[in-house]
Amino acid sequence: MARIHLAAALVACGVVSLLPRDAAAQAPAPALTMAVGAPITSLDPHYHQLSPNNAVADMIFDSLVNRDARDRDIPGLAVSWRAVDPTTWEFKLREGVTFHNGNPFTAEDVAFTLHRVPRVPNSPSSFALYTRPITGVEIVDAHTIRLRTAAPYPLMPTDLSNLRIIDKETAENATTEDFNSGRAAQGTGPWRVVEHRNGDRIEFARNETYWGGAPGFARVTYRMVTNDAARTAALLAGDVDFIDQVPTADLARLRREARITLSETVGQRIIFLGLDHSRAGATPFITDNDGKPLEPNPLKDVRVRRALSLAIDRHAIAERVMEGASTPSGQFLPAGSFGYVPGLEAPRANPDEARRLLAEAGFPNGFRITLNSPNDRYINDARIAQAIGQMWTRVGLRTSVEAQTWSTFVGRAARTELSAWLIGWGSSGSEASNPLRNLVATISREKGWGASNRGHYSNRALDALVERAMVELDNPKREALLREATQMAMDDVGIIPLHIQTNIWAMRRGLQHQARADELTRAQDIRPAAR
Amino acid sequence: MSISTVAPKVETPFRRFVAGFCESKVAIGGLVVCTLIVLAALFAPLIAPQDPYDLAQLDIMDGRMEPGSVGGAGFTFILGTDDQGRDMFSGILYGLRISLSVGVGSAVLAGLFGATLGLMAAYVGGRTDSVIMRLVDLQLSFPAILAALMILAVLGKGVMNVVIALVIVEWAYYARTVRGSALVESKREYIEAARGLSLPTRRILFNHLLPNCLPPLIVVGTIQVARAIALEATLSFLGLGVPITEPSLGLLIANGYEYMLSGKYWISFYPGIALLLTIVSINLVGDQVRDVLNPRLQK
Amino acid sequence: MTVFLLRRLLQAIGVVLAMTVLVFLGVFAVGDPVEILISPEADQLERERAIRELGLDLPLWRQYLVFLGNALQGDLGRSFVFNEPALQLIYQRMPATLELALGATFLALLIGLPLGLYAGLRPNAWGSRTIMAGSILGFSLPTFWVGLMLIMVFAVQLGWLPSTGRGETVTILGMRWSFLTWDGLLHMAMPMFSLSLSRIGLVIRLTRSGVRENMVMDYVKFARAKGLSPNRIVFVHVFRNILIPVVTVMGLELGGTIAFSVVTESVFAWPGMGKLIIDSINVLDRPVIVAYLMLIVLMFIVINLLVDLSYSVLDPRVRLESRE
Repeated sequence: MARIHLAAALVACGVVSLLPRDAAAQAPAPALTMAVGAPITSLDPHYHQLSPNNAVADMIFDSLVNRDARDRDIPGLAVSWRAVDPTTWEFKLREGVTFHNGNPFTAEDVAFTLHRVPRVPNSPSSFALYTRPITGVEIVDAHTIRLRTAAPYPLMPTDLSNLRIIDKETAENATTEDFNSGRAAQGTGPWRVVEHRNGDRIEFARNETYWGGAPGFARVTYRMVTNDAARTAALLAGDVDFIDQVPTADLARLRREARITLSETVGQRIIFLGLDHSRAGATPFITDNDGKPLEPNPLKDVRVRRALSLAIDRHAIAERVMEGASTPSGQFLPAGSFGYVPGLEAPRANPDEARRLLAEAGFPNGFRITLNSPNDRYINDARIAQAIGQMWTRVGLRTSVEAQTWSTFVGRAARTELSAWLIGWGSSGSEASNPLRNLVATISREKGWGASNRGHYSNRALDALVERAMVELDNPKREALLREATQMAMDDVGIIPLHIQTNIWAMRRGLQHQARADELTRAQDIRPAAR
Repeated sequence: MSISTVAPKVETPFRRFVAGFCESKVAIGGLVVCTLIVLAALFAPLIAPQDPYDLAQLDIMDGRMEPGSVGGAGFTFILGTDDQGRDMFSGILYGLRISLSVGVGSAVLAGLFGATLGLMAAYVGGRTDSVIMRLVDLQLSFPAILAALMILAVLGKGVMNVVIALVIVEWAYYARTVRGSALVESKREYIEAARGLSLPTRRILFNHLLPNCLPPLIVVGTIQVARAIALEATLSFLGLGVPITEPSLGLLIANGYEYMLSGKYWISFYPGIALLLTIVSINLVGDQVRDVLNPRLQK
Repeated sequence: MTVFLLRRLLQAIGVVLAMTVLVFLGVFAVGDPVEILISPEADQLERERAIRELGLDLPLWRQYLVFLGNALQGDLGRSFVFNEPALQLIYQRMPATLELALGATFLALLIGLPLGLYAGLRPNAWGSRTIMAGSILGFSLPTFWVGLMLIMVFAVQLGWLPSTGRGETVTILGMRWSFLTWDGLLHMAMPMFSLSLSRIGLVIRLTRSGVRENMVMDYVKFARAKGLSPNRIVFVHVFRNILIPVVTVMGLELGGTIAFSVVTESVFAWPGMGKLIIDSINVLDRPVIVAYLMLIVLMFIVINLLVDLSYSVLDPRVRLESRE
């Protein structure tokens, strides 16, 4: 008899585990399972400057300055800040905050964090560039800290939002491995690490005493499911409650499903075409119609660059290739950002004008060009490149498209081996100085500018404007300078902007999500929907 | 081929082969399908309504149209279009060319190379055997993806480069298989006898040893054609396959795969059917050829 | 025998060294890990620091010598990405892959051998023809496509099986295994089947052709004449002979399954070594690639050795020692 009961119980267990998870979700859900598309490489918040890592760091830790959903600075562990003189920033710290292990948060922890950031060994991409402007740290009292810089530095609060504060006592001699195991991962954030299985999942429990109010779920499972289709399927099967990086191919289906809700917002990642400005002579991927090298480099002629831009139908790409998940753009940042130029719209496709400009530049019969693109980096990257190939071919430029994995593409782009290429840029801090300095400013090791200016674009007048903006503490004046510089870069077609990606998340009905412009997927942005 | 006019038919090996092959109706069916597919691939430019490799003929406004829709160019997309507005029917015909040349090309090249090395390893033995077999070890442990990535980085993208990558990956399978059966065969009396007669090594290898190792080689060979095509599809899935503007069947499937969940089945379904038909018919033919050629099955 | 094994050992060292050289040259040819790993915001100074920190500022041959020196002390380097010892990362992921590969091979033999025997003994029956046609499907369908179809049918439509990931695990000898729990088995079912699909076809074909060849051989005729029962002939004598090619190929396949179940692991979000190696290749995490391929090449050498040894056990005609 007992044996039969046991068997029945086993069967029952089996049946229960086979039931669709939706049934269990009817009860007030204490737990949340999320599936994210990008692997998290470390729980050490200062080890690798990488968006997926930063998202998880945001769950465990806080910065002095946090970022809101539109990526603007908001108080975090600092309640207020101001520049007491042109080269000194003062931060007032939040009182009564404790780390997960119970230690109180003080200015000592901030000083320790600033000390540790540039000293994390073996970091493949450290956060040291955010501490480099700081020349002195002064602890005024337990909840006031002053940071000195050599020159006026308006970006200090924004930079500090990248640095998550750790507990001095716990992390004094901690290695990256200690953070990965969870032992040293003691923050002030809304979630405590329960278990970390590298490359598979991270289990969190909520921080009941979080200063910003306890989150809506008792436990969170943060799973890494890198295959796009599998992630969507996991949501549809009810195995996970929430996914990020929803593939555009699945949007139509998910919008139809009554049990699924989408959350979306305009992001900060601009997809654009880079052009080779570095060569005066022939550029490797442009030839005349007989396949012979073309001298001089046609891309040095602004009429050619303008023609390339005008040949592209950005709205067709947004509608057909991106299935609505992008906004055509004529500048670096989306509307509403600091330094956005009002009235600078995405160029409207004008094939006739493009042909006329090409003829005027001496190419009435066009030329051959190869557009390079990664095929595993940005949303529909290789598809966009092919669509542009079609459009360029129609204005008389015989275009071939070469798509390759990011691992081979990025090296070639960095060595300036390409002539025209598709690439993206995610601006952090919602501030035009960021794309201006990195993408179109003249390459300069001393200033640290132009590190991602793969086309070696150079425009002294633009450099001068950015230079002035970088030491201007008065925000309206700074914004005017940045607008002028942006307008200049776009008039000269230093790069060809295409569109700004829309960030999309999907979840089962009954959840509510605050979509973020910076693409970070964090559990504290999800709450059970109010009924 | 002309029919011999000599009245009493002389039994040549070729006639015996043809007669043997015709014993199986399924194999004949396979041969017919196979021939049709090869013809379709050869004459693709004449049959296809669109040149799917010419970007000027594609229009994204025709993208993801259902089978039977009429596009901007005025003709009907009988099998629908993919995301770029490429006519699937044309894409499949052209894709067949790429897939067949990649599959058959790499299998034949790898087979020649691998079988020769395998035979030598088994027959010569000693140091030659060790060197070749350690090379096999090395090769089998080297991931196709990394090999493809390296070739892509050094030589760039192209159909020929995919073939090279596949040959590098696959020859070891042939070498291993041939060596295995050749080891067994080379201990047999007829080889001992041939050695005793001091026939030239080359003749022993290719006239005596190889035919007796052929059956497993053909099994591996027909399977490897299918595998090469599937492996090319996988490389395409990982972004390492043929150029995207000249899609093979595998790349078409990999592209359309993302649309399966949203119900746009035709983008990967029809290329999938074409791929299956191709592989099944090649294998049916291969199976029968192997049975007919197999000296051990002959009474 | 001892001489034979010793010689094999020496050769193995040579092969492993050749592999390390290949990987160093290969990764160097493909690209620059720092360009991939570095934050786009990083300036030139930061890029230089990262290059120095990861030891990539030295000429390639010096990087290789540094690696060799450390390897001799048992240190195969730390992952550029995870900053953990490469070997430790691999060991963490190994059980997941091992159980999947062994399960898939077992499943392939379980299904493939009987079907192959049947098809070989009755080559012209309709059942056999169906089996043979079906076996072709097994390895001609791209794995990623089969994987997604399985997920769509069994997880999304029917809701019988979990879509992705690894289920509950039990820790034995410090490693996590999931095949010992019901939940774990449920999670394993689809990736295991998807992985075994092409192997099933292979086993069927090898078995069938083996049976057909052996049934017309003299020893079978002799056995028949002796009056042995057909069952005994097939299951004892013939079976033993057809096992040779099956063992060879499945041995090699097992290696391949363990080493490169990359696509299956990606599609099913299975946290195994295949996933690790593809991720590592994507970011050119050289220490992990080198360590991983060193292990894999060792594994293949051992498998090949076992296959060679099993020849002499299974087939008395092959004698290893006698060959020079």
